[in-house]
Amino acid sequence: MKIGTPKEIFEGERRVAMTPESATALQKLGHICVVETGAGLGAGFSDADYKAAGVEVVKTAAALWKAADVVAKVRAPDATEMKRLREDQTLISFFSPVADEAKMTSAAKKGATVVAMEMIPRISRAQKMDALSSMANIAGYRAVIEAGNNFGRFFTGQITAAGKVPPAKVLVVGAGVAGLAAIGTSTSLGAITYAFDVRPEVAEQVESMGAEFVYLDFEEEQQDGSSSGGYASVSSPEFREAQLAKFRELAPEVDIVITTALIPNREAPELWTEDMVASMKPGSVIVDLAAEKGGNCKLTVADEKIVTDNGVTIIGYTDFPSRMATQSSSLYATNIRHLMTDLTPEKDGVINHDMEDDVIRGATIAHANEVTFPPPPPKVAAIAAAPKKEAAKELTPEEKRAAEVAAFKAQTKNQVTLLAIGGGLVLLAGLYTPASFMQHFIVFVLSVFIGFQVIWGVAHSLHTPLMAVTNAISSIVILGALIQIGSSSGVITFLAIFGIFMAAINIFGGFLVTRRMLAMFQKS
Amino acid sequence: MELGFTTAAYVVAAVLFILSLGGLSGQESAKRAVWYGIVGMFIAVVATLIGPGAGLWLLSLVLIAGGGIVGYQLATKVEMTQMPELVAGMHALVGLTAVFIGFNAHIMIGYVDNHLMEHGTVLGGALVDGQWVQSVEKAVLEPLSAFGQLIAKKTTVEVTILKIELVLGVWIGAVTFTGSYVAWGKLSGKVDSAATKLPGGHMLNAAAAGASLILAIIYFSTGGLLPLVLLTLLALFIGWHLIMGIGGADMPVVVSMLNSYSGWAAAAIGFSLGNDLLIVVGALVGSSGAILSYIMCKAMNRSFVSVILGGFGGPAGEQMAVEGEQIAIEADGVATALNEADSVIIIPGYGMAVAQAQQGVAELTRKLRAAGKEVRFAIHPVAGRLPGHMNVLLAEAKVPYDIVLEMDEINDDFPDTDVAIVIGSNDIVNPAAQDDPNSPIAGMPVLECWKAKQVFVSKRGQGTGYSGIENPLFFKENTRMFYGDAKQSIDKLLPMID
Repeated sequence: MKIGTPKEIFEGERRVAMTPESATALQKLGHICVVETGAGLGAGFSDADYKAAGVEVVKTAAALWKAADVVAKVRAPDATEMKRLREDQTLISFFSPVADEAKMTSAAKKGATVVAMEMIPRISRAQKMDALSSMANIAGYRAVIEAGNNFGRFFTGQITAAGKVPPAKVLVVGAGVAGLAAIGTSTSLGAITYAFDVRPEVAEQVESMGAEFVYLDFEEEQQDGSSSGGYASVSSPEFREAQLAKFRELAPEVDIVITTALIPNREAPELWTEDMVASMKPGSVIVDLAAEKGGNCKLTVADEKIVTDNGVTIIGYTDFPSRMATQSSSLYATNIRHLMTDLTPEKDGVINHDMEDDVIRGATIAHANEVTFPPPPPKVAAIAAAPKKEAAKELTPEEKRAAEVAAFKAQTKNQVTLLAIGGGLVLLAGLYTPASFMQHFIVFVLSVFIGFQVIWGVAHSLHTPLMAVTNAISSIVILGALIQIGSSSGVITFLAIFGIFMAAINIFGGFLVTRRMLAMFQKS
Repeated sequence: MELGFTTAAYVVAAVLFILSLGGLSGQESAKRAVWYGIVGMFIAVVATLIGPGAGLWLLSLVLIAGGGIVGYQLATKVEMTQMPELVAGMHALVGLTAVFIGFNAHIMIGYVDNHLMEHGTVLGGALVDGQWVQSVEKAVLEPLSAFGQLIAKKTTVEVTILKIELVLGVWIGAVTFTGSYVAWGKLSGKVDSAATKLPGGHMLNAAAAGASLILAIIYFSTGGLLPLVLLTLLALFIGWHLIMGIGGADMPVVVSMLNSYSGWAAAAIGFSLGNDLLIVVGALVGSSGAILSYIMCKAMNRSFVSVILGGFGGPAGEQMAVEGEQIAIEADGVATALNEADSVIIIPGYGMAVAQAQQGVAELTRKLRAAGKEVRFAIHPVAGRLPGHMNVLLAEAKVPYDIVLEMDEINDDFPDTDVAIVIGSNDIVNPAAQDDPNSPIAGMPVLECWKAKQVFVSKRGQGTGYSGIENPLFFKENTRMFYGDAKQSIDKLLPMID
């Protein structure tokens, strides 16, 4: 199949859906790749780079749309592109089935197949094609960088000869992919980072990135994000109040706020109110990653940077991934490449659009002259529901002490019982057995004791040599055979001969192999 | 030489044996400890050869030399991956020797009995309170061997005890012999390692054990050869059937249990021969094997009985379903991750031994360490088919032992580790043991490798491990499956590491 990538038409879009690297991988699947001339320029890939990777470069967009069986691009197609889309062609791009419903219907009518990248279901198998996550990751990183660009101080605290610099305080609201990426970037720049999310189960992830999770003093059971595929959902008014109160408390302290809170298919919730902006220090920066959906702060203007009366900069750019076109193109192209791998199961260049497959079915919004949106719920739940954990009760020192005492008592009781039974049995045996036996018995019991004491000290790594050496010394039974071999009875001598021979094999074999093994153990 | 001298030599030998085992507490002291063992054995054998009662010493020396040559061949030719077989095979020899010596003791009792009859006295001709009723004349005792004389002087009770000890020695020895033989067969692949049982299962074993007890009682009262032979046959059957019913992955417990048995057999023989050195050594070996079995069982969170009775218990309830997908990765992906990692933990298992991949793994370790990365090994107590099996394999491949760590030492370090590589192990890295109370291996201590930032699992293909339990580790988001034969996979990986 021929996979083609045109130049993005959308104003300011610099990303490209195919890189020379991804083209190489696609060719391995048996496909032929083609790009429109200049498609990769914004992302730093020249036509020569593509040619070197074996990609055909065509002059015009029209020629490309004509040649390609599969068109992979970034932005949803515009009107011209929709006209070029033809029957039996597959289009892979970001394509919102809700916002672009008309386009979806018309594509379906034409008999084209449309795979929408944002509809890739959130299951672990599909992570490698999850373009929303890879773009969010870049947005999160870039948000911190943009904030730093507009922030007049260091991120990290320093004490220099020229004076003391306090570290910046960063608050990240929403710990999704973008939020976590922002947290990681911010902490690695040295800022004190706080993070908040309505899903308490992400606290662990937040802390693992080095940020402090902001807990609310709120009794109501907080929502379990796993029921909604890992996304946040709408919270109760009481919860929202508690959340806003906490933010009000933090607002005068923090220097940089990065909001990333989005709820699927809804307007972004307002989390950073005007009074919070007013209470922030001059020079503070707010980066609103939800600007496209109205913003988490009502003052945000999409695609613009504004400065409020009290000197707070609010950044509402919506093209963060495009601002890092090389990185985002290579990630997006890899997502596309993974999708193609799933679409080409035989690696023979033939696309098998398997509508039984959860991932492919979920992402396909138009296929075989029909609109296939919304998809049925996937067969595999996105994330396993977290089992309710019983919190281990913190023991008070007294309780611990009591437990220790009880354990010690139980142990003593155990030991004394065992000793009493053992001692009783030995005494009983002593009553009925002759002294000669008891003499040997003492030796036996003491040896068992010594054995137990000594063997506990043996290093675990030396257990194999231990077995080999005990093997060798248990051949001490050779002494028995040596004593018997001199007997006048032929049978006895015969058996003893075998005994000596076998035990000797063991003695030599056992010791030698132990020595061989031990010689191997070397210190670095 | 006098008996006193022999006894003194035995004391020295016993002390040396104890020191020899005690020295195994560290790698360096162990090298010295083996010499203690060798010298102890030498002293014991020489003292016996020149001591009272020994005869045909030239033949004995020839036999020892012959056995020595065979032993030398075995010890130098054996591959380190074959250690479990060798150890099991050597246990079989100890068991069989114990059986032979036991039978000899039986024949000797009959012989002495006859001999005394001819001279007008009976065996056990003494009162319980120790006062001699008949004096056995020196002239009568003279033609008997030292062991014969010992028997001749025994009282009736003592003779019965002798028979009990003898039966115990023969019985344990016989179980050890066939058990070790089967274990050897399973470990070397000559016998199917799956657990197989005759119809009747453990009832057969129990019946055989019961019958053995009855035969033993008959033997005590009659002293005939037939019950002893039948009893031996039953013991041989028990050993064979018991170990046939235990699967491959439980072999560490089986081998250490047989190790223990071979010790107890030696101790029982020591009792019947009245030889303290045999008793001391037998007790040392017996307790050593018992402790090893205990440690192995603890590491699997299973009781000794449940291991011996074979198979895993049924799950207590429905097991958690595993969700997600096993994501495969190629060598270049693994190489990239390794090149970027700072700390790596490798978890080897039986699969590494089967594929003989330890040299490749060691080479990988050297390369990574040369690049300044921290590389360590995490060893689960039951990894492999023999206690400490992995340590020996890694030592053979010249992996320094100070980077090879036990489970308890390293388990807390996984969260700070960039890459964990699992090579040929399955159940010992199964998170279900901690997460799923209904899992058959719930509660078993496992290596928490999934806490590392990334986990690579080198495995032949999809499918469950020995226990047949699905391993959720393979489905985790930070796990990538590196399918293929362990050795080939590592060899493919090696040139890509810089």
